[in-house]
Amino acid sequence: MSRRPLLDPEMERRSLILDVVVRGEFHVLLIVSVYLLFAGHNAPGGGFVGGLVAGAACALRMAARGPQELRSSIRLRPLTLLGLGLTVAAGAAVAALWNGGGVLESRYLTVDLFYIGPVSTSTAFFFDLGVYLVVLGTVLSILEALGSPEEELR
Amino acid sequence: MPGRLVGVPPVPRPGRLDPLLLTVLVYVGVAAVVAATGSRLGPRVFLVAALAPLWTLGWAVWAAVRLGDSGPWTESHTWVEGLSVTIDLRLDWFSLVMVLLVGGVGLCVFVYAASYFHKGPEVPRTAAVLLLFAGAMFGLVCSDNLFLLFTFWELTSITSFLLIGTDDTKAGARSAALHALLVTGGGGLAMLAGFVLIGQAAGTYSLQEILSSPPSGTTVTVGLVCVLAGALTKSAQVPFHSWLPGAMAAPTPISAYLHSATMVKAGVYLVARFAPAFAAVGPWRWIVLGSGCASMALGGYRALRQHDLKLVLAYGTVSQLGFLMILFGAGLPDLAFAGCVLLIAHAAFKASLFLTVGIVDHQTHTRDLRSLSGLGPRWPVVATAALLAAASMAGVPPLLGFIAKELALDGLLADGTPYQWALLTVVVVASMLTFAYSARFVWGAFGPADAHHEAEQELVGSDAPHPSAAFAAAPVVLAGLGLLFGVVPALLSPLVEDAYGSFGFEEPPYYLSLWHGFTLPLALSALVIVGGVVLFLGRARVERWQSAAPHVPSALGAYERIIKGLLGGSDRVASIVQNGSLPVYLSVLLLTLVVVPGVPLVANGGPDVWPSWIDSPVQLAIAAIMVVAAVAAAVSRRRFAAVLLLSAVGYGMAALFIVQGAPDLALTQLLIETLGTVAFVLVLRHLPDGFAPMVVPGRKVLPAAIGTLVGVFVFYFALSASSISGTPNPDPGLAVSDAKEEVARGETRTGADLTVSEEYLVRSYPEAEGKNIVNVIVVDFRGFDTLGEIAVLVIAALGIWSLVLVGRRGRGGRDGDPDGPDGDGPSAEDAVPPDLEAEGASA
Repeated sequence: MSRRPLLDPEMERRSLILDVVVRGEFHVLLIVSVYLLFAGHNAPGGGFVGGLVAGAACALRMAARGPQELRSSIRLRPLTLLGLGLTVAAGAAVAALWNGGGVLESRYLTVDLFYIGPVSTSTAFFFDLGVYLVVLGTVLSILEALGSPEEELR
Repeated sequence: MPGRLVGVPPVPRPGRLDPLLLTVLVYVGVAAVVAATGSRLGPRVFLVAALAPLWTLGWAVWAAVRLGDSGPWTESHTWVEGLSVTIDLRLDWFSLVMVLLVGGVGLCVFVYAASYFHKGPEVPRTAAVLLLFAGAMFGLVCSDNLFLLFTFWELTSITSFLLIGTDDTKAGARSAALHALLVTGGGGLAMLAGFVLIGQAAGTYSLQEILSSPPSGTTVTVGLVCVLAGALTKSAQVPFHSWLPGAMAAPTPISAYLHSATMVKAGVYLVARFAPAFAAVGPWRWIVLGSGCASMALGGYRALRQHDLKLVLAYGTVSQLGFLMILFGAGLPDLAFAGCVLLIAHAAFKASLFLTVGIVDHQTHTRDLRSLSGLGPRWPVVATAALLAAASMAGVPPLLGFIAKELALDGLLADGTPYQWALLTVVVVASMLTFAYSARFVWGAFGPADAHHEAEQELVGSDAPHPSAAFAAAPVVLAGLGLLFGVVPALLSPLVEDAYGSFGFEEPPYYLSLWHGFTLPLALSALVIVGGVVLFLGRARVERWQSAAPHVPSALGAYERIIKGLLGGSDRVASIVQNGSLPVYLSVLLLTLVVVPGVPLVANGGPDVWPSWIDSPVQLAIAAIMVVAAVAAAVSRRRFAAVLLLSAVGYGMAALFIVQGAPDLALTQLLIETLGTVAFVLVLRHLPDGFAPMVVPGRKVLPAAIGTLVGVFVFYFALSASSISGTPNPDPGLAVSDAKEEVARGETRTGADLTVSEEYLVRSYPEAEGKNIVNVIVVDFRGFDTLGEIAVLVIAALGIWSLVLVGRRGRGGRDGDPDGPDGDGPSAEDAVPPDLEAEGASA
């Protein structure tokens, strides 16, 4: 990931205000999206909404800084995210077979995390995580495909 | 329900997976590990991959001991309860033989592949896909539920497609892969139809239950023909055999594993399972025996004509699979017993021969038997192994192939065999051909060059380096097994007897022995060998005669014509249906949406419950805003304004959701609307500012009419859907989003008893321990829908991606492989096409 040159020709087209807003908002939005993902089982939220919030954060970033900056700021390619998400969701579905269960049967787990204390969650959370990743991957694919400069689409 | 052993009371075993399922998952897990290592290990990654077949082999041996005293091993898990789709796995002795082939040949192939492949980025991928194939094959032979069997069956077709196309830079490999997929995948779909027909007639989808009390009737006969279509395509039988020679485009270890030892035997396996119960039904014997005989003879004939060593073996495989089809398909005890022996013998000798070709190809860079000369004396061990394997294939004593052929001939000579003389003639003549091409193979690969070929080719082989011991080990071991079991058949006898026992014939099994005395089968074997020797000695003449003989229309040509016709036909259809006008597409889609669910909806009578018009005055205000925005969007002349007005309608909807107390839906609606607007704006950059003026006056009326119709329909549909009561949702195709809306309305509505929405409310917390019903529905109650939907999302994203790539490629830009050409992880610079950077600089 090389740093972008200081005097970027694209700079002129950007809104300074939007750029500052993004600087503040982007990571907050990502945290909100993760919160929604975790809260989903018992409060408004879930993988789908969480993924959309993360996608919206990326759209905002792209609007402020252009598609190239967005591309270089995310380590995983959209296609990798898509594959990863589908794998996680399918894996969660299959993992339910453990101990004689049926596919996608959810159970309630309580895990004792060392610093945080006991954490209870449904196995369905991992399925939701897959949904989150796929939704984010889809949004990023759309942004990348449609957000490329005009000549790219011909 | 936990898996259990039959005969032993089911004991809950906490904290573990059942062994058959675990083995399938071991393959998947090791595949994931292998794929994740990247290209760091190079070809040695295959040694890591070999752990999975090693596990299978070890477990199979342990299971063999257990099976002895407890009968077949069964496991059961629920999958889709409503559709009789269950994960029922069952291991009996015949399955165990197949499992031993998958594990044993697999282990040899994986160890061998570590020496065969060169370092490259595609190596871990190949290893991972090969593992997935092996896991699917393992699952296939252990499935008891027909749907599960079908799933694994198609998985083997798909992995085979990927493996044939390993070298995806070659057009030949790509088209061969597609050919194999179309033929075997299409056959698989026919098989699924057959399974459903048979399963509905039998009232069960358990393979064992169907076989123990076979249904009958016309439906079952049609179903059987469909199942046979699947089996014959998979096992490359005439007239579907043409994909198998093409599949030789795959790297040789893959050909050895998939296209000789295991995958192509899936069809034989299925026929072997069905034949004892269904062989007497309708056209079964005509189809199986006819196709088997044609394959056995044609394969042998074609094999004699090939110059590529691998193609000799490929046509030989078609021939031998035909032989297996005859033996198992007849549904007779003697022949089935012979079939079990031949199944094992064939896996050993054919895999060994393929691996030998791989060594020859790897060391000399040619597989043309006309140019290979003098390898035998230089590589005595490899040549001896190939000789033994080929002799086993040709049916020469004292090898296992000989025992199998003796048993087969003996069974064919027994009283009561249908079409006895025809079958006997075909088997004897085709066995002569088998002897001849076996000899031709060994002579061509390891002997001196033939006089009648010398002029045409440059000779290779005198300076080929000797293969390493690890490289040569696999074919030597496999050929050695053929010799060992041939000389000491008592070692193999118990396994074969038990495998035979799982077919449920009443006759007691034979025992294996090398020498039966001076019998008619022995005389026929001698005749075969004499005939084969004559064909081999006169090979120059045979070759001349074959090239002079009129060319029979080939199945490959037929396939190509069919594909060409299909493509031409779809081109014509597409040019009519896809005329390029977006308004027309939209109208068709929307009208379908209204008519297809709308007609039954109206026919079923209106909604039972009529909700109150207004719950709170805020709704009125929001609705007014939405109506104004919608009308303004419809009459707007500028695209950008129309899009913004549309999103105003969407935000209004979100506000309505909030008023109704559905925060989850409101949140989703808000986000979708925002992202949708962003996507619109991104596209609008490329379009003219205003809409094209309407030239024809009437053209405004039609869209308006369709729009009104859709609005009325959605209104009516929502009302009807929210008032459905009773447990099962009558329309299983309802998407999760619809269900969500139902619940959203259900959350505030009080009224009729236990509508769908209320039932979710009642069940959500006790059954899924979630207080957010929408989320519980998405991830739990309707989890399969969600899984399907995210799969659709992925496909849509891939579609968008490919469209953009096609656009870039069309301008001669670079490929834009999203993962970058090197295996060390994607980097941003890689993914940015050079022309994009140029555009940034010029702006």
